[in-house]
Formats: sequence, C-alpha cells, structure tokens
Amino acid sequence: MALAGFSCLAAALAFCLYGIGASLYGARSGRREYVASGRRAVYALAGTLAVAMAILQAAFVRSDFSFELVATHSSSTTPLFYRLTAVWSSQEGSLLLWVLLLALWSSAILFLTRRKLREVAPYATAVLLGFGAFFCVLLVFLESPFTTLAAPPVEGAGLNPLLRHPSMMIHPPMLYSGYTLFAIPFAFAVGALVTRRLGAEWIRATRPFTLAAWLLLGMGVMLGARWSYMELGWGGYWAWDPVENASLMPWLTGTAFLHSVMIQEKRGMLKVWNVSLVLATGVLAILGTFLVRSGILESIHAFGASTLGIPFLVLIIVMIAGSIALVASRSESLRSEHRLDSLLSREAAFLVNNLVLVALCFVVFWGTFFPLISEALTGEEASVGPPWFNRYITPLALVLVLLSGIGPLIAWRRATTANLRRNFALPGGAAVLMLAVLVIAGVTGSVAALLMFAFATFTLAAVGQELWRGVRARRAMSRDSVPAALVALVRRNRRRYGGYTVHVGIAVLFVGVAASSAFQAQRLVELRPGQTERIGGYAITYERPTSRLVAASNGRLERIDLGARLRVLRGDGPPQTLETYKSYFPSTSPGLGPVSRFFEGEATTEVALRAGLRRDLWTAVAPDIGRLLPRIEEGDKVFSEATELSDEDRGALLAQALRGLSRSYTDSPPPATFRLIASPLVTWIWLGGLIVLAGAAIALWPAGARARQPATAAGLARVARELERA
Amino acid sequence: MDPSRKRKTRLVVALTCALLLAVALAYTSFSASSEARQPSQLASAEPGKTYQLTGKVAAGSWDHTGTTHTFRIEDRKGGGASVPVRYVGQVPDPFREGREIVIDVRRQGSTFEGQPDSLVTKCPSKFSAEPKT
Amino acid sequence: MLVVVAVAVLVISAPLRSGRWAGQEPAGVAERADLEAARDAKYAEIRDAEMDFRTGKLSEPDWRALDRQLRREAVGLLHQIDEVP
Repeated sequence: MALAGFSCLAAALAFCLYGIGASLYGARSGRREYVASGRRAVYALAGTLAVAMAILQAAFVRSDFSFELVATHSSSTTPLFYRLTAVWSSQEGSLLLWVLLLALWSSAILFLTRRKLREVAPYATAVLLGFGAFFCVLLVFLESPFTTLAAPPVEGAGLNPLLRHPSMMIHPPMLYSGYTLFAIPFAFAVGALVTRRLGAEWIRATRPFTLAAWLLLGMGVMLGARWSYMELGWGGYWAWDPVENASLMPWLTGTAFLHSVMIQEKRGMLKVWNVSLVLATGVLAILGTFLVRSGILESIHAFGASTLGIPFLVLIIVMIAGSIALVASRSESLRSEHRLDSLLSREAAFLVNNLVLVALCFVVFWGTFFPLISEALTGEEASVGPPWFNRYITPLALVLVLLSGIGPLIAWRRATTANLRRNFALPGGAAVLMLAVLVIAGVTGSVAALLMFAFATFTLAAVGQELWRGVRARRAMSRDSVPAALVALVRRNRRRYGGYTVHVGIAVLFVGVAASSAFQAQRLVELRPGQTERIGGYAITYERPTSRLVAASNGRLERIDLGARLRVLRGDGPPQTLETYKSYFPSTSPGLGPVSRFFEGEATTEVALRAGLRRDLWTAVAPDIGRLLPRIEEGDKVFSEATELSDEDRGALLAQALRGLSRSYTDSPPPATFRLIASPLVTWIWLGGLIVLAGAAIALWPAGARARQPATAAGLARVARELERA
Repeated sequence: MDPSRKRKTRLVVALTCALLLAVALAYTSFSASSEARQPSQLASAEPGKTYQLTGKVAAGSWDHTGTTHTFRIEDRKGGGASVPVRYVGQVPDPFREGREIVIDVRRQGSTFEGQPDSLVTKCPSKFSAEPKT
Repeated sequence: MLVVVAVAVLVISAPLRSGRWAGQEPAGVAERADLEAARDAKYAEIRDAEMDFRTGKLSEPDWRALDRQLRREAVGLLHQIDEVP
C-alpha cells in the first residue's frame, strides 16, 4: 500500500509539470484545448492527492505500524478521532495536507472561472501548479510520508498528548486552507500582471476566495489561541511566538487588501498598492509555512531543524524577486485612474486603515525576525519579547478599533461635513459616557484598556446607529416590520453589513484582550489539602487530591491522572467544584522500568476552567510526584526480579502496582503547586471571533442570480431601469 | 495650495511618520532585546544583564522542592560546558531532562537565576533534531 | 491505484482529443469581461451612494450631484461595452 501511495505522489508531480507546460503553451499559442487540459491537470492533481491521503489515513486507522509515520505518531491506544488527525501532526503528513488543500481550492476556482478570465487563468493555473510541483518535489524526494519500516514495531509511539484537543486538530487544516486560499489571489494577480489585464474582472472573480482565505486563516489563528489558553499550563492565549506571528502576518496584509481593493474597484486607484499587498500576502503565507518547519527561529513550535529550510528559502526569494520584477515592468498598466476626492471620505479612512495594518505587520515582522536581523547587523543574536511587541501593537490596535467605527459613519467619495458631525454625535457621546462611567467606577488601572473600551463603545454605537438608520430608511420605502426590514437590508447589502458585523466582532475581541491583559490576577501557590487561597474575588480551597487510572479502548492502560479537587466560592454565590489534574502517559523508550515508564513519558495538564461572560477562573495543578519516587523505584525492582511471570500475570500485577501507587498519592498527598488566574472578559475574545465569523459568512453568502443585462440601447433611463431590477 | 502640491506634502508627511516609526522600532528593539546565548557562551556573562539561554537539560541534573527547581543546561549539541540554573515557578509539562529549553536568565554569582514565567520547553521533536542526511 | 492514474490521464487528455475546444479565443472577450465587471461595480456604487444618503451620511444636494456623476460614468461604461466587437 505504501508503494501505491508513493506512486500517487509521483504521478501528482508529473501532472503538475504537465499542467504547467500545457497551460503556458496554451496561453502563448492561443490554443484553448491545451489551456483546458492544463486546468484538468489541476483536477487530476486533486484527485491523486486525495487518494494518497486516503491511503495514509487508512494506514493510521488500522494502526499499520509498517508505515514509519504511523509508528512514530500514533499507537493502538490512540482514540480514532486522533488517529485520523495524527496524519498532519507530522512534517510529511502536514505537507501532504497543504498540497492537497491547494489542489482542492485551485480546482474549485478554476472550475468556477472556466468560462471567464480566459487570458489570465492559464498563467494563474501555472503558478498554482508551480506551488503544487514544489510541494510534490518535497514529498517525493525529501520527506515522503510513505516510508516503510522493515521491522514494524509492536506498538506505536503515540500522538503527543499535548495535541489531544479537538481545537488543535482542526487548527492545521484551517490554517493551511487559509494559506492555500491566499495562493489563489496571488496566482491570479501574477496572471493579471503578466497579461496586463489589470481591470476589475480578476478581482471580482477571486474575491470570494480571498475572503474565504481571510476567514479561515483568522479562525485558524483563533483556534490556536484558544488551544493555548485551554490546554497549555501557562494560561495565556498569545505569546508573540514566531510561529503565531507567522500566521498573523498574512492575515494582517490580507485584511488590508480586502479594504483597499474596494477603493480600486470604485476609483481605479491604488493598483500598485493592491497588487503589492496581494503578492506580499502570498509571500507571507509561504513564509509562514516555512517558518514552522525550518528551525531558523527559536520557537516552542519549531518542527526541528530540517532539510526543508533551503528549498523554501529559494521559493520565497523567487516569489519576491518575481513579484518585484512583474510590478516594476507593468507600472504603465498600474497607473491610477483617479485621485482621492477628499480626506473626509471612506476611501481616506480605508487608506489610513491600510497604513495601520501594514505598520502592524511590519512591527510583527521586525520583532519576529529580530534574532536574524541583529545577528546580521551586530554579530550577536538577540531577541525581543512580548513587552516590546505590546508596546507597539497596543497603540496601533487602538487606532484600528477606532477606525473600524469611523469607517461605517463616513460616506464614499466625499462626505457632507455637517452630516458627518451629526453622525459622530451619538457614537462619540456613547464613548465619552462609557469613559466617564468606567473612571467613576474606579477602572483606572490601565490607560490603554480604558481607551480601548471607549473606542470599542464608539464602534458598537456607530454600527448600531447605521443598522438603525438603514432599517428606518428601508421601512420608509417598503412598510416592512423591523425584523423583516433588517433581514432585507442585510440581504441586499451583504458586503456592507457583513463588514460592519466583522467590525463589531473585532471591537468585542479587543475589549476582551484589553480587559484580560490589564486586569488579570495571577498567582503560583503551594497548597496542602484544606488550604485556601484568595484571588480576584474568589476563595479557592484545595479540597482533596484525586487519582485515576484510565484505560484505552483496547483495554491497555492509557494514562494515570493525578490531580486535585477544588472548591470555589465567590461572594455569596453557591460553592462550585473544579477538578484539575495532570495526565501521565507512558514512554515507549526501551530500558525503562514498567512502573517508572509512566512518569518518564509525556505529561499534560488538564486545566479546570470556570468561564463566564464577565470573568474566567483558570486553575492548573502540578502534583509533586517526588514523594512517589521510592515506591516507583521499588516497583521497577520487583518487576525486574519477577522474570517467571506470564504476560497476563505481569499485566495484572502492573495494574495492581499502579493502583496502589495512585492510592498512595491520595492517601498522603504532598502539597501541590497551583497556578491560579482570574481574568475578566476572556470569553469576549472567543465571542468576538464568532461574530467575525458570522460577519464574514454574511459577506461571503452568494447573492441571488441577477438577470444578465442585454447590452443594447444607451441612456440614463436604461440605467435607472436596470438598477431597479438589481 | 494647488492639489498636486497638497498630495506631495501628504506623501512626505506619511513617509516621515513611517520613517520615524521604523527608527523608533529599530532603536527600542536593540535596547529591549536580550542576547541569545548557549551555555558555552555564558562564561563571559555580565551580572545583571538578562540573556536568553537555549540548551538541553543535562541528564540527572533536575532537582526540585516545591516550586524551586535547579538544573543544569548544556549545549544543544551536547558535551562541553553546562551551567547551573535556578528557577522558581512551574515548569511546563513537556519539561524533561534531555529536552531543549529556552529561558531568560540573569547571572547571580556562580549560578543563573531564571526569570519568572520565561521557561519555554520546545515541543519534543517528533522528528529528530539532527538534520536528516 | 493504476486505475486512478489512468482515469486522471484520460481526464487530462480529453480536451486534446475531442475537437470541442479547438479554435482561437474571439477577440475582445477579456476586455468585455473587464468592462462588465466595472459596470457592475459602478451599479454597486450608485446603490451605495443612495444608501449613504438614506442613512444620513450625505445631504440631498450632495447626493444628487454624486448620483448624476455616477450615472454618467455608468453610461460611459455601457457605451464602451457596446463598442467592444
């Protein structure tokens, strides 16, 4: 089977190379059959890669340890869901997933545009297949997922327990979908530049994919943050780690692009800027994919130094050089048709928004690559940490949230000044009021947080005011009820109100970030059973220790859980119970005693979280197993001396020994270390993310089929009639 | 002012702002950064300065009572010098002897004091850290 | 698995074998598509301007002036579309 999988990859590479040739030949010679054939090569690529993935997945599901990948990343005790998702926890599997997603999305857009963009599409196809070829070369020659072991082990190494979280397994497909979807506007931009077809058509055709890329990448970033908060033992959601930053950067430039492209559509301006943004986004997406697996930066996520660094670097340099060359040589076709009418216009607001987003991206880029920059400039490798990032990101984020409220209030082209002042009155007033309320209530710990709350209030009030006025305008014309008017309003202006919804989500998200960063209470304490610790208005009592042996679905022992039961009291409320524990998974290294192997493998912390709309209480325990060490050593010795036992007897005795061990933990527990965090409004971050998702979904929703306008007689009357029908 | 001059001044202002931001960024990044060092390079460490130490936890060196941990860090490639580190806090779950970590340290006499909450354990490499040949 | 590859090869070579795709692209198709996209964007602009007026961001005289100008631009685009062969 492994050979079949490998042949699929080889065939996929062949299809890529053929498709590039056919598309380019068809484009240059004008022979459509070759263009069509090249397009079908993409479909074939998707098909063969899907088969290869299916073969790999099947191997994981049936725990076929002759596949090296399965032996090193899965085990028979791994639950089915995680066996399926373990495929992409490895370097090779994740590369396969990346190129499969690329092929799928490419097939989708090429199918949808098969009758359009006839000049641009072949070049776009060639670019997309170029990416495909690159990844296929990596998979076939450097990191094959189908290597086999001559002597398959009896048991696999198992999936890293840190990855056993649903979020963590959806996170890679989402992120990769985001990256690969951004490859599409990149490819079409290249095609548009090559053919000098820089009008509105390629933007319109690729817009849904750009928006989908933005959405999925954003969701991928969110899921990563949520996983970090809920699964890792440090209780934070963002660490400015290079890999986190790598996924954020293309999202920032993608956001800028989504805004500035609207200016190009309306006024034919900013063509160079837009095309540079979309090319930069594509480069950053590949850079993001590269950073994770290159090992060039110190990061918690680094896949480890690998041989992939150089090929990726070459690809990135080719992309950057090619992009610059293309833009420079097409500068004629990229001249702006108009200029900015007025600074008091939505276009101007978008321009400022773009500058802020690009500045944000630059800050993140500088901070992320600083170790390399400083090494190049001073010979010493130095790095900057979260405090440096926060110093620059915070003011920029404040401006961004404020702008997301100003944008909806300002008209396109040129706003009427008097109206503008009137429109700002209510949101501005609401912001000032909120500021006053907070200051009076004593929430003065952080100026930045206060400003963020005020600006977010401004944005929420602005969008609310827009919705209200829109509904009122609609009802003046149609006599709908309020809900019906709202639905109709949104339906007829999906992009506008989808965008407003996204802005609301961003404001809510940043309120959550500001509150949870500025007003968090955190403590690391050692508690004995019965002791209480007070933090953030909570009284937390370590009631008693807990221990548990957990068996896997096939009857083998999967892990030992040692933890604590906590009683939480807040004010007059009823007491609540939280249970946090640490899971100890056995190591598969040879040479470890059967008892001690359980405490030499991986361990994960199960966080006990009491999440609420107003605040979260986050608790994690680190049991002290030092006391158990003598018993563990004794257990090992007993087993090493008892050589005449049958396997069954060994198993039963081991279970007994482990049960005794865990009981001794609960019988005479040593003090355990607890990390306790009380932070306000963390849930608002996730809620904000969901609102952003909803907004993007609204904007993405396809409009109903509009009647194709026959191009016949001219005249203002005809325009009026067509507008009525639209 | 005629429109084209207005546009030019706007451009100049924008570029100046960008340049100022870039300079501020660059300047503060150099002053706020901590040098990355490996254990063999820490012999010349100045007391009171924070360094970002990367290395492997030496086998048999990890000891802990409550939240105070002491261990030795050696060079990633093994062998050679190892430095003693004292860290007060909770070590991350993947922390193990033989694993690679990153920690901010400051020299305190003959040992190095780990800064709170700065200990990061690299996700245990599922593929070997050595480059595949 | 050979089946998969065979199917793929068939799919890919189909356009080359059948005569359906043969022939050159008629001139002007790309230009027309760009102009039509621009026209649709212009219609959206006209509707957006009206929304801006109805939600109080533009005064009536400002809106009427903008609307007239946008419709002029739209007509210009329609004329250009008509002129494409």
